[in-house]
Amino acid sequence: MKFTVNGKTVEVKAEENTPLLYVLRNDLGLVGTRFGCGGGQCGACFVMIDGRAMASCDLPMSFVMNKSITTVEGLEAKHPVQKALLAEQAAQCGYCMSGIIISATALLARNASPSEKEVKEALDKNLCRCGSHNRVVRAVMRAAREQA
Amino acid sequence: MNKPEKLPQRVRIEADGTVSIAVGKVELGQGISTALAQIAAEELGVDLSKVKVLAASTAYSPDEGVTSGSLSIQDGGKALRAACAELRGRAEKPSSEYKIVGTNAPRLDLPGKFAGRASYLQDMALPGMLHARILRPPRPFAKLVSVPDHPGLVRDGSFAGVLAEREEDAIEAAKKLRAKAVWSDGPAMPQDIYAWLKDHVAESKVAKENADPAAKARGVKRLQAEYHKPFICHASIGPSCALAWMKGDSLEVWSHTQGIFNLRKEIALVLRMPEEKVIVHHAEGAGCYGHNGADDVALDAALLARMSRGLPVRLQWTREDEFAWEPYGPAMVVGLQASLDGEGNIVSWRHDLWSNGHTHRPGRAGQPVLIAAAELAQPFERGPAVDPPLPAGGAHRNAVPGYDFPDFKVMFHYVREAPVHGSSLRSLGAFGNVFAIESFMDELANGDPVGFRLKHLKDPRGRAVVEEAVRLSNWHSFSKSEGRGHGIAYARYKNVGAYCAVVAEVEAGGAELRVTRLVAVVDVGLPVNPDGVVNQIEGGCVQATSWTLKEEWKPGTVSWEEYPILRFSEAPPVEVVVLKNSFPSLGAGECTMGPTVAAIANALHDALGVRVRELPLTAGNIAKAINA
Repeated sequence: MKFTVNGKTVEVKAEENTPLLYVLRNDLGLVGTRFGCGGGQCGACFVMIDGRAMASCDLPMSFVMNKSITTVEGLEAKHPVQKALLAEQAAQCGYCMSGIIISATALLARNASPSEKEVKEALDKNLCRCGSHNRVVRAVMRAAREQA
Repeated sequence: MNKPEKLPQRVRIEADGTVSIAVGKVELGQGISTALAQIAAEELGVDLSKVKVLAASTAYSPDEGVTSGSLSIQDGGKALRAACAELRGRAEKPSSEYKIVGTNAPRLDLPGKFAGRASYLQDMALPGMLHARILRPPRPFAKLVSVPDHPGLVRDGSFAGVLAEREEDAIEAAKKLRAKAVWSDGPAMPQDIYAWLKDHVAESKVAKENADPAAKARGVKRLQAEYHKPFICHASIGPSCALAWMKGDSLEVWSHTQGIFNLRKEIALVLRMPEEKVIVHHAEGAGCYGHNGADDVALDAALLARMSRGLPVRLQWTREDEFAWEPYGPAMVVGLQASLDGEGNIVSWRHDLWSNGHTHRPGRAGQPVLIAAAELAQPFERGPAVDPPLPAGGAHRNAVPGYDFPDFKVMFHYVREAPVHGSSLRSLGAFGNVFAIESFMDELANGDPVGFRLKHLKDPRGRAVVEEAVRLSNWHSFSKSEGRGHGIAYARYKNVGAYCAVVAEVEAGGAELRVTRLVAVVDVGLPVNPDGVVNQIEGGCVQATSWTLKEEWKPGTVSWEEYPILRFSEAPPVEVVVLKNSFPSLGAGECTMGPTVAAIANALHDALGVRVRELPLTAGNIAKAINA
């Protein structure tokens, strides 16, 4: 089964109904995409597919065949979102952050200068349990300013 | 801390000039590794970048007990400071000379996490590792009657799991087997947990008392009220996970437990192995906020490793497993009574608390407590949750009023029998007790919650956080309008830890209560990493807001749909002030939980004129209070 991850074409042996998440983590060693719920409810496993943030934990491989996927590892080094998150020290345990980085990156790609409200709405699909919400929103606003 | 002595291996200077520190306290996402590295760098006079914090392991780390109770800086930091000073052969630095401690050193772990590198136990792989999923009954403590045969199925009594080379195969097999497994009926869950608790008291004991009959006799007005706190989930974003590898007669376990030594003891007990044949390594998991499924999944993995023909096993609990089987923060009933004298001063106070213990951690008694121990073909009887004494306490943490009341009595009605698995959740009983005490203070305050609190509070550090919260929130110029309100609450965590006052502003006009602003002022002594403290305080305020507005575990809760938590659009802005002083450092992780819930409940009362004494403050519970 062939698809593109982070700009590279890869071939894996997996069933058509295997969720993408396990192929990324176990076959390709891309463990930055984390397991959270298995039902697309928490956002920890978000990846970008054709510019959209999508859950990979319940996304069958048949869907991603011949598509291009970006995981958190595939973002350019020192991506503005990651840089801004570091500047704001915007995490505690950090488990939800890969998914949040993907959501924020997808948002900034379609809306370069979002309002605070738009940032929050874009991140509403990502659950954070440590309560880092305010810092994350500040960081995404900062990333928007700094990439402008 | 179990052993206060300084072990020689705590600090090691390597040939390349770097320093390795072995600490017994573990990283739970609270930033403790960075803060402890700052302490070591400071005392040794080396650059922070030269300090490496080793992952804790029973193989080489000092036994510092459990990483809990906001004690890692207070105890672990103190021991590390002493060990570093000893290594240098000089006295500990006075705090006036600190150059690294007290600065906002960036967290050492965040760059890797943000880049998506392997950062968690969940990301670990061992050679030849099998993936596992566990089969558990739909109802607690039911017995497994039958399960069809399946490749990879392993079973010991009612404990059953499935092993596969590929993770998705383990998931599929578990799904299939769960659907076909037959379980006996477990005990039914009580319909009204609060009435049930009051009916099942094993022992009533005086937690603390100060009798002053003369003061009590001055009372001219008596009030009473009862408050309810439900089961609340830790609800970590990453469900619990563990790796285990049986090599001959020895076992290695990788766990995100809060206490590697206690877990080792429990595993050895249940697997009937000598303790020295078991090694437990710590690896970071998702934030846990107390005792979540970490220890249970580790025992599960150890039992599976015994049936995996020598191959290492990685057991990932599903989201459903975590919601169904994590040890919840226990439900509580708090009854309060107070007498006021002719000037409106509290002269007598009584606190009655009904609860299970909030401490059901492994490895503390001769009897195991983890779930799987009771499921084996040769089962163990699980021991009850037993709380340590005050001032830490468990259910009765912060049940002793933090005000100067001349006559008071605190009763803990301990319920031993537990309808579900419950244990320590961030702040333990303090969340329920402070909710009750600080709500009741408002009920007694006759419209002046700030003045009423200050009139009963002599401790200057306590007064300072209250006064600063009032000033910073512009309390006295708050403009009230329909459906808007503000509230204040205060507590000193455990009565001996960090001081905290919170002001909440809410809007209660629509279907749901919204928190629009939180102001938190804390005194944690000298903060080792001030921004780290602010981060913990902000996070604690937001998490406590989530518990307060939304959270209640009920039987059948297995997903985020049934257990919603606060989302980005709902998280209130939080302003934090950490008072500057050089008192000994105090833990910061838990002190906001109680003041936040009570400040929100008091703000709700200010907004709607209704006193809601049952959590969470949902539209349903608010309507119930209005119609009561």
